[in-house]
Order: sequence, then C-alpha cells, then structure tokens
Amino acid sequence: MIFRLAFGSLIARGLTVCMTILAIALSVALFLGVEKVRTGAKSSFADTISGTDLIVGARSGSVQLLLYSVFRIGNATNNLTWESYRDIAERPEVDWIVPISLGDSHRQFRVMGTTKAFFDRYKYRSGQSLAVRDGQIMDDLFDTVIGADVAATLGYSVGDPIVVAHGIASFTEHDDQPFRVSGILEKTGTPVDRTVIVSLEAIEAIHVDWQSGAKIPGQSTPADVLRNMELEPHAVTAALLGIKSRLQVFRLQRAINEYPEEPLLAILPGVALQELWQIVGIAETALVAVSAMVVVTALIGMMATIFSSLNERRREMAIFRAMGARPRVILGMLVLEAVLMAAVGAVLGLGLLYIGLLVGQPLIDSAFGLWLPIEPPTLREFWVLLGVVVAGAIVSLVPALRAYRMSLADGMMVRI
Amino acid sequence: MRLRSRWSATSQPLICAACFKALSDSAPILQLNDVRYRWPGRASFGLHVPDLTLARSETVLLLGESGSGKSTLLSLICGTITAGSGRVCVAGTDIAALSAGQRDRFRAEQIGLIFQQFNLLPFASVQDNILLPLKFAPERRKRLTDPNAEAKRLCQDLGLPEGVMSAKSGALSVGQQQRVAAARALIGMPPLIIADEPTSSLDAATQATFLELLFAQSRAHGTTLLMVSHDARLSSQFDRVIHMADIAKTMRDAA
Repeated sequence: MIFRLAFGSLIARGLTVCMTILAIALSVALFLGVEKVRTGAKSSFADTISGTDLIVGARSGSVQLLLYSVFRIGNATNNLTWESYRDIAERPEVDWIVPISLGDSHRQFRVMGTTKAFFDRYKYRSGQSLAVRDGQIMDDLFDTVIGADVAATLGYSVGDPIVVAHGIASFTEHDDQPFRVSGILEKTGTPVDRTVIVSLEAIEAIHVDWQSGAKIPGQSTPADVLRNMELEPHAVTAALLGIKSRLQVFRLQRAINEYPEEPLLAILPGVALQELWQIVGIAETALVAVSAMVVVTALIGMMATIFSSLNERRREMAIFRAMGARPRVILGMLVLEAVLMAAVGAVLGLGLLYIGLLVGQPLIDSAFGLWLPIEPPTLREFWVLLGVVVAGAIVSLVPALRAYRMSLADGMMVRI
Repeated sequence: MRLRSRWSATSQPLICAACFKALSDSAPILQLNDVRYRWPGRASFGLHVPDLTLARSETVLLLGESGSGKSTLLSLICGTITAGSGRVCVAGTDIAALSAGQRDRFRAEQIGLIFQQFNLLPFASVQDNILLPLKFAPERRKRLTDPNAEAKRLCQDLGLPEGVMSAKSGALSVGQQQRVAAARALIGMPPLIIADEPTSSLDAATQATFLELLFAQSRAHGTTLLMVSHDARLSSQFDRVIHMADIAKTMRDAA
C-alpha cells in the first residue's frame, strides 16, 4: 500500500517526474551511446585491416610501420628492397604477399602503388573485401582506383584525369603522365577511402624520367613506350603478408626480423593496432569522462527536482507522520521514489539508445565508416544502469534527509 | 453496557471481542501532570500544563485563542514533541518513556487525528486514505476482521455516497473530504480522537451535520473526543468544555 501511495504521489506530479525521468533517460542514452561509439570505434579501428598476418617494412617501430603502411600517416624511414621482398615472397610459409609503395600524393590524398592482389587480399571489418562502386579495377598502366572519400571530396567520377604530385606536399607534379580514374571503391571506413591506388608499375613509370627526386630536364618518355617497358621496382615501402598456417606466424616474423641482408621489421597488425589504440586511449578516457559528467548532471537535476518538490509535499509527509509513519518511512519513500525514477530513466535510456542505433546505424556507417553493432546490452552496460540507479538512491539521500528532519520539525500539526 | 447501547444507534462495527475489554477500561485516557515544554531556540516561550485529565468516552471541547499553545499541547499529547518535565500519559502509558519509534507506533495505535484542512492524500483513493493509519498500527488493524468492509461501513455511517471508496479523495467536495478524514481517524477504534478545528473550513449546515456524525461515531465506538476550536457556540454539544487559559500557561506567565 505504501508503495502504491508513493507511486500515486509520483503520478500526481507527473509532468515534473516525466521531465526528470527524461533527463535521466537522455543522459543514460548519451552515456551508453558514447560507450557504443567508443567500442565501435575501437573495433572499427581494430578491423581497419584483417586477414593480414604480418606487415613487413624497413626496421623502425611497429606503430610507425602500421601508421604509414595502413593509415598512410607519416613516412617510412627506409624502403624494403625488391630482392628482399622476393626473398620473403618465396619463403614456404608465405601464402600470399602484396607490395605497397608510397611516397607520392594527389592533392591531400596519398597515392599507393600496389598489385591487383591488393583488392583480393586487403580485408577489413571482420573479413570484408573491397568492392568497386563505379568502374573497374585498373587495367591500363595509367589507370587508378580511388577511395570513396577521394571521389566525394574532389568530385571525381570514372574517366576523370588525375595528375600525381611527386612526394607529399610537393609542388612538382608528374603532369606528363596523367592517370585516369578507372574505378571508385565503396566506402569502407578505413584509410583506403582516402587513398589513390595505382599499379606498382605505374609508380615506376612516372619516375622513369626522374633522378634523385627531381625531373631530368628535357626528358619525357612517351606513355606508350612506358607501357612496353619492364617496370620492375627497385624497392617497395612495405608488404602485406598472409601465411599458410597461423602456427608459422611467429617463426616467420622472427626470421624476417633477423633477415641478414637488410634490417627489416615484421609486425602483427592486431598487436600493433592495440599499441596504437593505447596511445590514442586518452581521448577515449576523456570521452567517457564527459559522458559520465552528463549522467552526474542529470542525477543532480533529479536531486534538485526532489528538493523543489519537498515544500509542496510537506503536507503529504506530515500526513504520513500523523498516521504513525516513522521518519525513516518518509526517508525510505523519497529514496524509493528516486530509485524508481532512476530505474525508469535508465531503462528508457537503454530503449532510446537502441532506437537511436536502429535509426543511426546506417547513417553513421555511410557518413563516418563507423559500424555500431546492435547487440544485447553488455555486462558493462548493465553495471552502468545499476550504477545510475544506485547513484540515484545515494543522491536522493540529501533531500530525503532534509525531508526526514522537516517531518520531525513539522510534527503533525503542520498547516501548509 | 453504555458502549453497547450507543452502538445500537448505528450499524455494528467489525470489532473482535478481545478489544471490548481494553476499551471499557475505566482509567483516564489522557492525563497530563505538571507538563512543561519549551520550543527549541525559543527560550522565551513555552507551555506549562499543571493538570489535564480526559476520561474514556468523554467528548471535550478545548477552546483557546491563537498562540495560546493549543497546537503545542496536541503535539505533546501525540508524542511528536516530548515534555521537558512532567508526565503525559495516553491510555495509561507515559509516552516520554517510549523511544521515538515506539511513540510513532503508539500514536498510530491510540490516536485518531482529524485536521482543520483534512490532510487527505489527494492522489490516493478514499479507501487508501481511510486504511492508511492501519499500515502503521498493527494492533488497531487486528481489531478489525475486515478493514475494507469497516472502511465502507464508516463511509456509509458518515453519509458518504455509495461507490465513494474508489474515488480519488482530491475529487471530493470539502464536506465529503472532512468525513473521509473522520473515517480515517475512527477506523480501528483508537481510544482517543483529536480533532484540530475540523469544522472551521465548513459552512454552518455542513458543520452541524459533520459534528452530528462525528459524535455518533465516536460515541458508538466509545472513543474519547478532544476537539480544538475557536468557536464557543459548539460548547453545548460536548460533555465538557475546557479553556486553554484555565489548563495551561505560557512559560512567560509561568516563569
């Protein structure tokens, strides 16, 4: 009966209570939403590259190799010679190997030379393959396939010409050897979206008339001649590598790291991604902290609401006291009320989150390449919800104790 | 015998036989001896009640000016405040000897309260309002074989319309609300009813009807009625009339 009366009192103050519950629900939805984005971003990040067992490059740091080979951030300190690349490719453990050659750019986007095998072997988001949205994979030496962001930012479509600049942020262009957009890739949410992909031979071809980073004056080999040339590279920036048996990964990694001909580094992409995530983890912590503050603000708002309702409920409490309710019953009722509001707010917040995910999932995926999976609440989310309810109870103790003291002071003859 | 003959004036309350003995006890229901009280932080003001005794089944009108200490006296009797010195005995129990929690329960068991402003829970049904004191008074509840039926019977006896039990009390008229408040005070037959100016919000006709019903019920139950009022015209309807000025002095006078 007391529970029913407490509930009746809540219903009687419906509008205020609804507003409080809504504030809690929104803050819980925000907090859990941030959690989803955080974990989604983390798994998207970890899924930037999948199916690749090792990344091989010149010896540097594992994070640096990951940054330039996968994220196209920064530059390699050295290259991997073609001989070494061939040596590794011929090892019995190797199932497949894809070279990548970086160094040039187009506008603000990196140009990557590779083989057609890249489109088959590069996987992202739990094994998804790259897909061509428009056009086709490059066929001619001067064909290029561009990522979805490149096409969207620069407004390119299939058939448009592209002139590659030498190096990054360089004013010197390979304007004598323009490329043609042969295909545009589907958005992946990975650095591939921001990459201009050409063939490995094309990288060699545009540098035929160059020496020591500068164009040889007066020399310009015609495109048709270049098409018939043997364009084997002298070096590549890195290589993505698949192994026949996972059991051989560490043995091959050690063998590459101890390669006697030149200093090389082989990294496990998953491990390097985790290392990199730890570096950017401070932003993750900040994000969680901000959303936690939102929840705290909502709970303080609930405390303020209960506080402001105390005066209007003074008579109600005096009635309970007059009927024989002990002050602790008054205290219990207010805490119960807060727990109810927090619990309903938490559950409603969870509902709002899932509605938001249902509506926003495809939009977020297409806009940011961030895949937020719709899954049942995790144990961590349950703890968050329970934490909100417990925090609601704790926060409500402040007005509840005031009500307790007020009910003692008012006695039962209160006339309000 | 007197109780039984008065009950015949109205329908029989649903009361268990064991309760008759307690109700027919001849000891005074209320006794105050040399009670002194000062409000915390107001040392210059206090109340001194040398002697006040109310017999069982007695109806007493307590008249007093505003500020004469009526509310303080009622709070002392109800045990929400405790006297600095002296004894306040309700139904033979010195309430100062009880712990705060015991006093709350004792109040719920022994005293029915009617307020000037009714003090019903507007969001609760009439039935819930009437049954509320029983939640905190298990002995009072035990006196009734069927609390819901007793609540319904009280509503009928107090002239409330059929089907009122499920109505929200906030939706009732002023006169009906006051009757519900009376039913709430009467349920479970507490030995003492304290009514704090219960008719001041009512018009003359409703006032007379209400008092008539209240008297009938309290007499039917053998309940002592202590009613506080400013209105001396009500005096003739009570067994006894006492004036605050005669039984109590403010501490300024007493000091």
